[in-house]
Formats: sequence, structure tokens, C-alpha cells
Amino acid sequence: MPKLGLAINGRAYTVDVDPQTSLLTVLREGLDLTGSKYGCGEGQCGACTVLIDGKAQRSCITKVESVTGRQITTIEGLATADQLHPVQAAFLDADAMQCGYCTSGMIMSAVALLKRNPAPQENEIIDFMDGNLCRCGTYPRILGAIQKAARSMAAPSAAKRAAR
Amino acid sequence: MSEPTKSQVVLEPERYELRAAAPYHFDVGRREFFKLLGAGIVVVSALKPALVGQESGGARQRRGDSLPREIDAWLHIGEDGKVTVYTGKAEMGQNIRTSLTQAVAEELHVPMETIKLVMGDTQLTPFDMGTFGSRTTPTMNLQLRKVAAAARDTLIGLAAAHWKTEAQHLVADDGKIRDPRTNQSLDYAALTKGQQLAQTLPAEDPLIPASNWKVAGRSVSKINGREFVTGAHRYPSDQRLPEMLYGKVLRPPSFGATLVSLDPKKAEQMGAAVVHDGDFVGVAASGSDLAAAAVAAIQAEWKSEPQPSGTELFDYLKKNPAGGSDPTGDGDRYETGKVDPALASADHKLQSNYTVSYIAHVPLEPRAALAKWDGDNLTVWTGTQRPFGVRGQLAEAFRIPEEHVRVLMPDTGSGYGGKHTGEAAIEAARLARAAKRPVKVVWTREEEFSWAYFRPAGVMEVTSAVRGDGTITGWEFHNYNSGSAGIRTYYDIPNQRIVFHPTKSPLRQGSYRALAATANHFARESHMDELAHAVKIDPLDFRLKNLKDQRLRAVFEAAAKRFGWGASKTKPGQGFGMGGGYEKLGYIATFAEVNVDRKSGEVKVVRVVSAFECGAVVNPDGLRNQIEGSNVQGLGGALFEAITFENGKILNGRLSQYRVPRFSDVPLLDTVLIDRTDLPSVGAGECPMIGLAPAIANAIVDATGVRLRSLPMVPDGLKIG
Repeated sequence: MPKLGLAINGRAYTVDVDPQTSLLTVLREGLDLTGSKYGCGEGQCGACTVLIDGKAQRSCITKVESVTGRQITTIEGLATADQLHPVQAAFLDADAMQCGYCTSGMIMSAVALLKRNPAPQENEIIDFMDGNLCRCGTYPRILGAIQKAARSMAAPSAAKRAAR
Repeated sequence: MSEPTKSQVVLEPERYELRAAAPYHFDVGRREFFKLLGAGIVVVSALKPALVGQESGGARQRRGDSLPREIDAWLHIGEDGKVTVYTGKAEMGQNIRTSLTQAVAEELHVPMETIKLVMGDTQLTPFDMGTFGSRTTPTMNLQLRKVAAAARDTLIGLAAAHWKTEAQHLVADDGKIRDPRTNQSLDYAALTKGQQLAQTLPAEDPLIPASNWKVAGRSVSKINGREFVTGAHRYPSDQRLPEMLYGKVLRPPSFGATLVSLDPKKAEQMGAAVVHDGDFVGVAASGSDLAAAAVAAIQAEWKSEPQPSGTELFDYLKKNPAGGSDPTGDGDRYETGKVDPALASADHKLQSNYTVSYIAHVPLEPRAALAKWDGDNLTVWTGTQRPFGVRGQLAEAFRIPEEHVRVLMPDTGSGYGGKHTGEAAIEAARLARAAKRPVKVVWTREEEFSWAYFRPAGVMEVTSAVRGDGTITGWEFHNYNSGSAGIRTYYDIPNQRIVFHPTKSPLRQGSYRALAATANHFARESHMDELAHAVKIDPLDFRLKNLKDQRLRAVFEAAAKRFGWGASKTKPGQGFGMGGGYEKLGYIATFAEVNVDRKSGEVKVVRVVSAFECGAVVNPDGLRNQIEGSNVQGLGGALFEAITFENGKILNGRLSQYRVPRFSDVPLLDTVLIDRTDLPSVGAGECPMIGLAPAIANAIVDATGVRLRSLPMVPDGLKIG
């Protein structure tokens, strides 16, 4: 089988798999990065969401060959050293989970949303996140966590502007 | 993943398993406890206080060396002062790891961080029947509080002996025993050092009243939440062992099909190990894709029998009675007064039928198990609400004694009643035995939809009689198949006949969050509105007129106030409705506002107010989370979730075909907690769900005049003729 080069969480990997294999399978089985979850296998639930060059993508329906040479970020690559990403911190603060199985996909989608739209309206959050399922029904808390993360991410730059 | 500790003792006090094989008993020695747990203090909670009291006496120590068999939890304080609590309960999102830790922290006066809960491990934790029926809070929470209180008293006793003073002068405070007169203190580590003290929980130990709680009663975030937001937590499907293979099972083309012939050659040529044992056919391979391809390459011929279809479901349920009863509910038959004359002589008599469909749990993590054999010893990591039940199933399947089987349940990706059984565990173990290597089986979403089990479908028939002044005089209620949970009415009606009719079920069915209480409350609370309309009385007034139960009245009144019941409608298509009841010892009233778009037929639930009372509140924010989640999940079954099936096949067994609630479906959720610190705490995972469907049904009538009597109510929107 051909060897494929992958850039995941800032690290280079070489994997020896069928190029048609899903990125999710490569992450979970090949690299033991199990933070991305299997939920449906057809891009309907969002539990497997990762970032490809900063954009949210469902890794269960992404062929691994299509992401060689791209920047892949998984939930494991979001926090730096001991510092949680603001979205992670907001989910923790808002207790925006019950079983937590959807959480990594929710966080990755939310990170992508805030990258594109740092100050989303409530309806924009709902539209963007509608492809992520939480069967425990913690949606209102997730919504609140995303709004909180947006505020906390805006705060430092607002402070910077004020300083100028 | 850490390897299971190999210990010589199997701590196995007793079983209450419904379908277990021969009952084995193992006396547990104190010394063995300490060998396993390390020195320190152990407090054991026994299920039968009378028996324990007799044994423990005033000295609180059992004569002889063995502890009672009927243990349901124990707590260990190590020489380092660390507290470990062992309970057979399982965490799958209800947040009991957090609320149970709070309970222990409260009584033991230690910070929550010093407490570790070992849960759902059949080798390390005491036997537990399973985590269902909202039983954890009323039972385990209380037991652990007692255990922690006893441990605190033991520590006080040790400190008293050390200082040669009376225990009554000493207090426990932040991990220390302190003498307020001298202000000297000893921390738990110092007191525990070198000790090997075991004690059985006394029958009654004074507990801190809820009104004085400091740790319990407060909102606490998920205790290990950081592991979840970083993706570090390993769910059952994330488990991994060296040399592990991936398993996949060949499923029949339809329910009830039997295998006629099998040719595994192609699968074997692909490098997969094929196991064929009776009707079980599966493969183990080096990757999950290869396992799936190998299963697809197996040439199998099946013989199918005709099976009932969804279009005839309710007819089928009425025409196919079965024996048995529903042990989970409120009894199969209840009769009081003289219902036939009451119905015959009524001012208004009303008859309505209601139905509920089969629905799927759709736990976001499907069934998963990793199995490993060491000779005749089997270890399985799996997601189940009944680790001990699954151990029994494994022992039975492989004809090995249960003490050779260890089942561990890592905190799991939800269950909602759908993970009581051990299919994936048995499949993984069967494949692992053949492959002589560890095997992991993770079901696909499609397998989860077809080969798990469903919430029962059902038919409810209600006939009632009411006087012109709004007094209900007769009530006849029949439930076919759905179940007897919540079947009894809490309204004061002198003449009642209530019957549950077990029937054959076309599909495999089992537990689901709130069991049949959802169906029975939907029928009852819809019918209450129908009666209120018949006598032209406001639905809230009508309920209160026929209701004496003060706790239920209180939630209806609280929810009505918060909702603003009685306010006029402000726009076309708007409707208001209510539903409520009593289940699993909790009280709920749910008020809903809907908006019906007559043109498009879209029904949108705009706002839901829930008032809930479950005794003394342990974790207010965790409780709100459960109530909000119940409402969101309940929306699906109320509005659009239904399994469709035909001749032994599920027709909508994928997430792209089976609609579950999403962000855009969620109404504004407003929750009123009634904190009764004077009453024992009870569970909250199920009851808050039951009022929602009738509240929506009644609101739709208010908006449109159309009465919908089948769940789901609007899978294709609402066509108004």
C-alpha cells in the first residue's frame, strides 16, 4: 500500500493504508487518536468532526488521501500545554455535556465557526451547529458555551485595540 | 489503558441477578480487603441493616473475620488519606460520578478532589443489579452518605483515642479531625497510618440534614470534565490492547432468519479469521475496514420467515395477547369502586384511543466491547448499564463460572435504558476466544438501529365519566404492550379499572428512559384535557379540582405561574398546553407553547416550562441539565421519532433516515426546581420527560383544534384539512 504523509496537530505522520480509508479510521485505529468519535459513519452526527486547514470536516466521510499535505487538527491538538482552548474552557465552565461523547465534535465545530465568524448571532450558531448531535440534549448549554467562548476570545483583542 | 489488577480474591458478596446461573458465594475476609485495597480504613455498606445490626452490635465490628455478603458499596481511606469509593453503579452521562462524590465529600468533610470513585467493575466493586430506574440517587447516594458518615465517626474515634479525650468534643473539618477546645488537629492520613480497620455500616447513622449541606446541594461541574473536553477520556469504543484485532458480525437479512449455508473462503483469503458457531458468524481482522470487507465477502444463505410490518402494528398488538406481566411498572391490574355503572350513568362519557410507536435509543456511542482471554479467564470492557448482568450473560454463553469473568465499564457514551444487554461483549469474547487475541467489536449505527432493542410500541384505550361540575367519576384505562410504568392515575377518581395487557411484540423491545410512563402519561394527560374541554373548564382548574396530592399540585401551580398560564394568545398559530405526573418518586409539571404554521404544517415547540420536585436537591445545575436533556430527548418521541419496519427489516435504520432532535428543534427551556430539603433525594433522569408529549399535544389542540392521539404526533408536519 502507498505511504501517505499527514500533518496532524502540528506533527508529521506517515501512514501505510488504503488511500480510500476514512480519516476517522486512520486517526482512531492507526494513530490511537481516539478523541474523534464514530457516531453514524455518514456525516450526520458530527461526533467525528476535525479541522482541515481550519475548516470543520466530518472525518468519517473524508478519505485519507484527500487530506495529505493539509493541516489536520483534532481535539487532542486544541489545548496548548496546560492551557485549554477558550472553547474547551467554556464547555467545561458551562457543564455543556452529559455523557460527553459528542463533546469533541461539538468543540471542533464551534472552533471552526468562531474562526469564520468571531461574533456569531444565536441563529448563526444554531445553523452552523445543526449537524452536530447531542442525544443527551445539552444543546442550550452548548449554545451558551459557544457564546461565552466568543466573548472571551474577543476580549483580549478588544483589550489590545484599547491599548493602541 | 491499564491492565486489570490480578488479585487473588474476587469480591463477590451476592447476586440479585434475575437470570443468573448458580449462585456462588464468597466470604470476604477483612485481611483480603486490605490485601486488595491497601492498609487504612474500610467501611462496608450492607443491604440488610437488620442482619448487620445483629452482627455489628455496639462495637461496629463483625465477629469472626468475614464481612457480610450483601454489600452494596464500600469506602476505603488509604494511609495517604486518599478516599476511594467502590460502587457497582455505572456512569453514562447522568453525572452520578459527580453527585455521589458530592455526597461522600459532604459527610466525610473532605475536598471532592481527594475522592475517587471506582464504578461498574465486577471485580473491584460490589454487586449491583444495574443502573436504571432512577435508583442511584434514592439508594446509592443515601448509602454512600451513611458509609462516609461512619468513616468520619471512625476517624473521630481514632483521634479521640490518640488525644485520650471524648469523641463528642471533636469535629471533622476539611480532611482533618479537630478539637475546637485546643484547636489541635490530625489529618486523615495521619489517623489512617498503619491501620487495618474494617467496619460494617451501622443500621442507622445520623446524617447531615439537607438544610445544613455544604458540598451536596450545590452546583458542581462534571468532576472529570477536563478529560471530556480534551478528548482524553477513553470510552468503551476507545479501548485498546496490544495485539488487538477488530471484530465484525454477519447479520441476518431479516429478524428471525436462520442460516442455511455458509462459504467463508473469500473472507479467509482476505486474511480474516472466520468464526461460525450455530447462528453466530463473525470475523476478526487486523483493522475494522478489513473486518467489514471480510464479512461482506462471506457467502451466506439464509431462510427467512414472514414477519409483521409496521402498517399493521397496532392491530397486531390488540390481537396478539401474551402471558407474563410487567415487573417494572405499577402492577398489571388495579380496580376500585364500580366502574361500569359509573360509566353508564355519566353526565359526559368519553372514549379515546392513543398509540405510541417503537422508538430507538440512539445512544451516540453505539454498543462496543473489547474482550481478552487469559486461559479460562475473560476480561471485557464494555458499555452497559448492567456490568454484573453482562458478566452473567458471558458466564452463561461460555459456560464458565462468573468468578472467571471480569466486566469493566468505562464511563460510557450514554444508554437511556438501551444498554442493559451484553451483545457486543459476547460477540467480542467469542471472536477473541477463536482468534486467541484480544478483539474489539464496535457496532455500526445501522447495527445499533436494527440489532439492539426498542422502546415498546403500545395502544392505550381510555373511557371516562365526568359530572357537569368537573368531577371525574369513572376511569377505565387499558394499555396494550407498552408497559405498566405510570399506568395508575393520581387523580382522585372513585371508580377505576386499570389494566396492562402484555402482548407479543413484532420487534425486540426493552427498557427506555421513563419506560411506559411516557405513553401512559401521554394518554392520561391528553384525556384530561379532552375531559376539561367536554365540561368547558380550564384544564388547570380541572386538574386541580380532581387532584389531592399536594406535591403534584405544587408542581402544577409552580409551572403555571412561571409559564403565565391564562394569558391570552398574542399571534395566530400559537397554542398553550400542559401535562404532568408522578414517576420514579419525582413530580413533574410541564407547560408548552407551540407555534403551528398552517401553510407549511410545521409545528414548532417554542417554549417549555418544567417544574420538578425530587426531594432535597443534591446538585442543582446537574439536575437542571437532566431536566433540560429529558425535554430535548422527549421532543423526538413526541414529534417525529418512529421506527418503521416491514417483514423483519427496519426501514429507517440510519441517522439520515431517523430524525432525532437537533439544535434547531430546541425550544426555550425554563426550569423551576422545588427543593424540598425536608424530603429524601430521589432520581431525576426519567420523570422530567413524561409531561412533555401531552403538554405539546394539548398545546396543538389549543392552536388548531386538532387532537393528535399518536406518538410521534407530526412526523410529516401537521396537515389541517
